[in-house]
Order: sequence, then C-alpha cells, then structure tokens
Amino acid sequence: MRLSVHGLSFRYGSTDAISGIELEAKEGDIIGILGPNGSGKTTLLKCLNRSLTPRAGTVMIDDVDSQTLTRKELATRMGTVPQSANINFPFTALDIVMMGRLPELRRFESESRKDMDIVMEAMAMTNTVQFADRPMDQLSGGERQRVIIARALAQKPKVLLLDEPTLHLDVNHQLEIMDLIAALANMERLIVIIVTHDLALAARYCTKVLLMQNGSIQAAGEVTDVMTMENLRKVFLIEASVYFDERIGAYSVSILRSTRSDGPGDRQ
Amino acid sequence: MAAEDIAELQRAKYARWSIIIVFLSLVLVAAIIICLSIGVVSIPFDQVISILLGGGSERDRHIILNLRLPRVLLGVVVGASLAVAGATMQGLFRNPMASPSVIGISAGAAFGASLALVLGVSWVSGAFAIPAMAFLFAFITLFLVYAVSRDRRGYVPVETLLLAGIAIGALFNALVSALQYFAGDKLSGVVFWLMGGLNNATWDQILISIPAVILGCSIIMTLSRDLNAIMVGEEQAGNLGINVNQVRMVLLLAASLVTAIAVSVAGTIGFVGLIIPHVLRILVGPDHRVLLPASIIGGALFMVATDTLARTIISPAELPVGIITSIMGAPFFIYLLMSRKKSMGW
Repeated sequence: MRLSVHGLSFRYGSTDAISGIELEAKEGDIIGILGPNGSGKTTLLKCLNRSLTPRAGTVMIDDVDSQTLTRKELATRMGTVPQSANINFPFTALDIVMMGRLPELRRFESESRKDMDIVMEAMAMTNTVQFADRPMDQLSGGERQRVIIARALAQKPKVLLLDEPTLHLDVNHQLEIMDLIAALANMERLIVIIVTHDLALAARYCTKVLLMQNGSIQAAGEVTDVMTMENLRKVFLIEASVYFDERIGAYSVSILRSTRSDGPGDRQ
Repeated sequence: MAAEDIAELQRAKYARWSIIIVFLSLVLVAAIIICLSIGVVSIPFDQVISILLGGGSERDRHIILNLRLPRVLLGVVVGASLAVAGATMQGLFRNPMASPSVIGISAGAAFGASLALVLGVSWVSGAFAIPAMAFLFAFITLFLVYAVSRDRRGYVPVETLLLAGIAIGALFNALVSALQYFAGDKLSGVVFWLMGGLNNATWDQILISIPAVILGCSIIMTLSRDLNAIMVGEEQAGNLGINVNQVRMVLLLAASLVTAIAVSVAGTIGFVGLIIPHVLRILVGPDHRVLLPASIIGGALFMVATDTLARTIISPAELPVGIITSIMGAPFFIYLLMSRKKSMGW
C-alpha cells in the first residue's frame, strides 16, 4: 500500500496555491502537513481527494492514478474528515456513519449485513456505538468529530485525510482524537495525512512531517530533520525547539518567542 | 451494542417509515372521499364510494366524476408537486427559506403562462398552450439563474444561486405586472389565474400533468440518498463519491418540471412548498428517503383540504385557494417558528 504524489500544482485564478508537491507515504505512516496560514495545506488536501482538480501532477494510490478512478472508486480508497463538519440536522450518528457506505451501494440497494458489520466496526473503533441513535445536533464537538471519523472509516479507505481534526476541541478531546488516529494508522494499516496548526501534536504523533510555505514544500521527512530551529524560524517566524520528552515517549515542542521584526499585529 | 443492534435500529427505522407512509396515505384517501362528498350538493360517503366503484345515480355521478373528482385529483397533483419541489430545494440549498418561488421558477412559469393567456403566444396550441409556456419559462428561468451564478470553474455557490433567483424572480414578477397592465379586457382572467385556484380543473389537465409529475417525483426520490449527503455538506458528499454538480442539476431540473406543472394548471399558490416540508421534517426527520414521499402525500392532503375550504367557505361563490393557503399557512408557520425554534432542524 503506497501513496505517491508527484509535481502536484494548483492555482486559484493566476496565483499558484501549491506547486511541485512531492509526497511518498506507506501504510502505517502518519504524515503531518504543517505551515502558516495561506501556505496551501488545505489546498493540498483538497487536491489529494479531488475536491479540487490539480493543474498538474499525479496522485498515485498503489500505482493507480487517482484521476483515472471514478469518484465512487476514489471514495472506497480515500476517506476525508473535513475541517468543520457542522451537521446541524437531526440525522442520527448511525445515519451519518452509514453514509460512509454510499460509495459501495448501488442506487436502489439497501444496506446489507456486511455493510452493517462494517459500520458497527467503525463505530466500535471510534467509541461512538453508545450514541448511535442520538441526533448529531445533540452531540458534543468531540463526539461529532468521532462520528465523522467513523464515517470515513466506514468507507474502508486505505488513505485517511484529516483537515485540522483537533480544531475547536478542548485539550482532552484533542488527545483522545489523536490517540485514536495513531491507533487507526497502526492497527488498520492506514496512511494518515493530517493538516494541522498544532506543532506539538504534530511532533508527538506524526511519523513524517511536511513543512509548507507559500505553496511549496520547505522541508519533508522525519520530525527531528524537518522541525529544526532553523526551519521553524524560517517558516513560522518563531524561536522554538523540538526535543524528546521521556514522560510521553515522543517528541514535544517548546515555543520560545516570535521572531517577527515588525512586532506583533503586523503582517510579514 | 452489537452489530445485531445496529441492524435492529435500521430495521426499526424502516418499519417506522413504512407506518408513517401508510398512515399518511390512508388519511389522504379518507380526505379525498370526505372532500368529494362536501359541496353545494352534499353526497354521503357511502354514495361517493359506490360512485367511485361505478354505481350511483346519474346526477350524483356527474357531480362527482365530472366536477369534483378532477378538481380533487388536480389538488393532489399540485400539492404533491409544490411540496416535493420545496423539500428538494430546502435540502439542496441547506436553507429553510428555499422553495420553488425563491429561485424564481414560479415567477418564470407565471410569466410564461401569462404570455399565453394575454397575448396568445405559445409554441404549441390548444389545451397544452398554457402549460407548455409555463414549462418553457420555468426552464429559461432555471437556465438564467444557473448561468448567472456559475463561476469559471463550473462551481455554483448556493448563496449566489439564491440571490440570482431572487433577482430574476423579481424581474419576471415585474414582467407579469406589465402584462397585466396591458392586458385590457383579459385582465381579470390573468389576475384570477395568478391568485391560484383549481376551479377550472379538467380531466385533460390531469392527464397532461400526472405523467410529468410522476416522472419528476421518481427522479427526485431516486436521488434521495445523494440529497441526504448533500444536505450534510456538498464537499463531504463529493468525498463520498457523489457527483454533486450533476446531482444538483438533475434535482433542480426535476423540481422545476413539477413546479412548472403546478403553476401551469393552478397559478401561483403560495406557502405549500415552504411549510409542508418543514412540518413533515419535524414529524418524520430529515432523511429524504421518508421526507420526500411524506411531503408528496402531505402536500396533496393539504391542497385537497384547503381547496375544499376554498369552494365551500363562502358557498355558492368561492375563494381562490391561493388566498386560503397563505392565510392558513402564514400564521401556522409563524406558530411553528415560535414554538419549535430549536427543533426545526436548521
């Protein structure tokens, strides 16, 4: 199971949003896409799942060009957890997770026993079974996020894309979601790609990181090789250091200060 | 909870849906029989049933089969069309205010029909002249609204679509007013027609409209799962393998088709397309697999009932049913808004 991205580019109007993106991932990888606002992180994610059609470049999933797949075929290989899935309708959690089976169902086909089992499994992994029959608009932010992840898992994807999955969640739920994602990558052998602003969570959970600036990759690779003081200074204009924290058995980040010379509040 | 329980939850849901649909259908059949019996000449229920089955006296047969039944059936067609179009557009635009009139389709259809009524302009003649023009202009409106709101990459933002619909609807409403101004001795005909009513129901109209409405409703119901996903979020629906732009186009065309039919046979009848889907969403939930058929039956029920009121309330004269639907619909809708603010599902 491999995902390889070559020369991926996209432009809004006449400005390049991303250009020449290269990415290689194998099963079990958790790849963090980091970068300041406007660096093209979300655009990259949307080009990967074909919400946007890239201007150039290829996205290969196990040597199949994703552009040659139908939307439904792509949806059985790649699941997306969007940035803010505000579902304000009283669909139940089960209804939402069941939608993850849509790519596999023919038009008039109703859900089979196999679909039920897959949905059940996805809900068990995300610990959402206990509120299967509760409406989405009555769930908390963390619960809703888990339901959306369960829907993506019900697609039985090989690649799971997440756009800021911990945004709007409190610290406890952030850890819960990231632990869940790490466990999924490990047990389900998924390729996980996460767009995030949270340097500490990226350092702690990601097996590889991609540092983006102005639409192109500044650095890519292992956490310690990419999140260097120099790179973080260049891309985020901060003084920060990454170190191995024995208490959590993973890398952590200390952000010391902003290095913007023109003072706070101004743009670069 | 285990996989069996999930399957059980699904089964219970489908069973609940079946009960709702069967119950609404029975209520509709009962309402049709009651409404057939009510009128200047009151005909008892058992008589109505025996006439429908082929019996009864000559006079009663004439009243039921030639006067009341076409009207009741046309009410079914119109109510079902407006409600299903409203439910579709509210889901599609994820907007509680959406209805066929909001994106200008009703106004366009009304303009087409007015052209035929006032100037006798139509691309076909005879009984089809007015519906054909209503159709044509419903689609012209949809095309204009779409052309205006489409961006360079072919994406159609919902907000732009709604605003373009309001603007183009206003344009067609102004053109209808202009036609009325110049209508001369045909003015009263146009005005009555625009108020909306089923009083000119004929079997011809029913035979023309039923196949088209069945077609439109079938297309829409076929796409109900896609519509669910789109209501949750367009981009998410795309990530679930749905071709959102294509599904939306097909749904809008089908909704325009049934709207054009309703407008062409009954003029512009307000509020049915807006409130019926809302009321039913509160009763049956947001899932279009049950909401759409429930809206079809519920819209038919509401229309048949209000039309019976329209023709009996100031008997022997009658009120245009469009007035009744709005007079009853608006306060009821306000009541719903005030009493169930949180649970409207929006």
